[in-house]
Amino acid sequence: MPSPRYWREIPSRYRLEASRCGDCSRVSYPPRRICPECRSTDAQTIELSHEGRVVTYTVVHVPPSDFLMEAPYVLAVVETPEGARMMVQVADCDPASVEAGMMVALEFRLIRKEGKGGILCYGHKAVPAYPIGGEAEDEQRSKELEVAHA
Amino acid sequence: MREVAIVAAGMTRFGELWGASLRDLFVEAAQQALMNAGVDHLDAIYVGNMSAGQFVGQEHLGPLMADHLGMAGVPSVRVESACASGGMALRTAFLEVACGGSDLVLAAGVEKMTDSADVTEVLASASDQETEVYNGATFPALYALIARAHMAAYGTTEEDLAWVSVKNHRHGALNEHAQFQREITTEQVLSSALVSEPLRLLNCSPVSDGAAAVLLCPLDQASKYTERPVVIRGAAMATASMALTDRRDMAFLDSVAAAGTRAYEMAGISPEQVDVAEVHDCFSIAEICCIEALGLAPPGEGRHCARTGETALGGRIPVNTSGGLKSKGHPVGATGIAQAVELFEQLTGASGDRQVPGAEIGLAQNMGGTGASSIVHILQTV
Amino acid sequence: MAGIAGYGAFIPRRRITTEEIARQWGKDPGTIQRGLLLQEKSVPGFDEDTITISVAAGRSALTRAGVSPTRVGAVYIGSESHPYAVKPSGTVVAEALGIGPDVHVADFEFACKAGTEAMFVALALVESGRVDYALAVGADTSQGAPDDALEFSASAGGAAFLFGRDDPLADVVETFSFTTDTPDFWRREGEFYPRHGGRFTGEPAYFKHVSAATNRILEKTGLKPEDFRFVVFHMPNGKFPLSVGKSLGFTREQMDPGWIVPTMGNTYSGSSPTGLAAVLDAADADDLILITSFGSGAGSDSFVLRATGLLPQRRGLAPSVRSMLDGPRRYVTYGEYAKYREKIIVNE
Repeated sequence: MPSPRYWREIPSRYRLEASRCGDCSRVSYPPRRICPECRSTDAQTIELSHEGRVVTYTVVHVPPSDFLMEAPYVLAVVETPEGARMMVQVADCDPASVEAGMMVALEFRLIRKEGKGGILCYGHKAVPAYPIGGEAEDEQRSKELEVAHA
Repeated sequence: MREVAIVAAGMTRFGELWGASLRDLFVEAAQQALMNAGVDHLDAIYVGNMSAGQFVGQEHLGPLMADHLGMAGVPSVRVESACASGGMALRTAFLEVACGGSDLVLAAGVEKMTDSADVTEVLASASDQETEVYNGATFPALYALIARAHMAAYGTTEEDLAWVSVKNHRHGALNEHAQFQREITTEQVLSSALVSEPLRLLNCSPVSDGAAAVLLCPLDQASKYTERPVVIRGAAMATASMALTDRRDMAFLDSVAAAGTRAYEMAGISPEQVDVAEVHDCFSIAEICCIEALGLAPPGEGRHCARTGETALGGRIPVNTSGGLKSKGHPVGATGIAQAVELFEQLTGASGDRQVPGAEIGLAQNMGGTGASSIVHILQTV
Repeated sequence: MAGIAGYGAFIPRRRITTEEIARQWGKDPGTIQRGLLLQEKSVPGFDEDTITISVAAGRSALTRAGVSPTRVGAVYIGSESHPYAVKPSGTVVAEALGIGPDVHVADFEFACKAGTEAMFVALALVESGRVDYALAVGADTSQGAPDDALEFSASAGGAAFLFGRDDPLADVVETFSFTTDTPDFWRREGEFYPRHGGRFTGEPAYFKHVSAATNRILEKTGLKPEDFRFVVFHMPNGKFPLSVGKSLGFTREQMDPGWIVPTMGNTYSGSSPTGLAAVLDAADADDLILITSFGSGAGSDSFVLRATGLLPQRRGLAPSVRSMLDGPRRYVTYGEYAKYREKIIVNE
């Protein structure tokens, strides 16, 4: 990954910066200069919430070479409350437990490394949304997520 | 615009052709077309190719191929629209003849995929690099997402997907140019290795080498080259959002519908009048979505057509009599032209065991990436 | 006076048990568990590193503080597993949190005490008035060599502390640092695993420095062990902190809430900072807290803090350490662990 190409995308990958059209309110992620809905050039920058909902997903078994050791992994289309959609992996869960409609949190993660010597590329991944206080009250979800070793 | 005819065709076998280079493939297919028409000159050449630069490090294919065809000096350029490069080359050639710019144009497609580049990575460059590929998307993964969306909307099943592959292999078994000339069963499809859920290995078109070529001229000059020309009645292109996350409806291919509508209008026909169709089945789900977008089956009903035989030889609307991308093979840039070759043979009664009796109108639909571009041609007997 | 305006922590969700590692090397799990008082430890995924842990912890710290990232004037990340050998972790963390560009950033290193080191400097910078807010993080994804005692404890995780003068959740009453050159544990440039001096890491290293820093801060403040509600020590394993705590005159009750190592493992620069976060999750207004870290090489930083009334009000805004330790998690086999920790040689 050439550095400049990676560096330009930092605002959208690190901070989930998106653009909201000043005319039709359509939210585009990553930001666009021209609204794909109404072609307006009046856009304001917004930061998306760190949460969303899985629209649809797949489990990738044959990965590209950069992701070789990580397969199988879940790739999903996630929609945030602002109405923006993004394609992200769903991490920290059994792939079989992912469902369309599932609520997720968006966490900052290392997306890929360019071999032994290239730059590290960061972004976001979705994780199933957990309660934030105390023990896991959701027993059902906790059971799905705990994988007992042999 | 003048009426344009296809007067000759040629193609290599599709498959893992270790002994053939990118140039070898092109020359073989192009030379066949030229010999069939009895010509030794061309006014222009259009080369459909997606990624010779990434597969074999070769760009600048226009002059290279003209040169190797022994025609250095002839205007020649490469056309690219990912997996729809072939269809796009055909459309561009059509326009050049239609507008009066040239009288004899070769539209050829070629791809050399087996010289050990990382095919997954190269093909992924047809989708959104910065948002899809960056996060780990592969081509199969993106079509898997389309499949899931279709399943959620219409109840499409993995078995429905399997039937598409089975039907296309049944056709391909009859095609001497096909990469895989053997039938398969739904059990084999459903037990093949998972690539990206729900798509399995036998739901995915293979990695292939190959080339195909067609020769175009104004209809009123066609008799110089053949007794049985086929006229291009419709040639239309449409684009759609690149990233799946920007699509209006992930289960519906807008570019295919738009290109189809424009082509039908241009040809003055409706979907029911199509006798035979070649459709872009890069993955089983793609055929289902494409026939729905083309109006060959109602949305949500496309999933039944392979199983019921509606889209098989002998059915209501035979689709992919060549074996489709799945069985015939998918050397990416060549596919759009190979579709035209199949229709040319069907419409000139030269398809042998695969012949659709009395076929007069054929439709070829070629698609790039996950449907960001689509080109539809409608051909008719004269 | 300055204090902690916000705090946060993050612990990766994979775990491996002491038993699973012991079985790999033909050791008796019971002996290890009893000897080190360790049950399981956190395991980072391929997509987790010191930077991602720092961002997660930092987000929680900013949320609890209710402070806009643009007001943060310094970001310091302390770790012994910074993802780059040259290129700061802090710049990625700052950009991800929306901090800067008008910000001072530095990475810190001092074996396991790089976190408290960052905290010391962040605190002092705020106290001096040079910046309004400074973020200090201690986080690690350190390696333990195969079939070595450290393999049972080396884990991943960390905590972040936003220091400021206004509306602290805990005031910093006093600090004390004690440092000597003691080669008890080290890693040379280019080496994959660290090495250590075996039993030399005990009395002349850990115990000497932790005791010295703690005793001197007690002397300086005039406080006695019984004045404190909570105490946190660096936790290289389960035994050492309990042992040093007892010898210094602290009770199990004072140590337990911050003694998170049995199920988290030793997160190196994140160890005592995450223990402090766990204590802040439980402290009431006016509770006195003592934390003493230890970094091999060697040194200890000690802090005395007093919780304020704001703490119980604001801590519910972000996940607690216990919710991460006891919450949804996945257990991996040794083979998966070796894969995640890149102990398996692959073709590049």
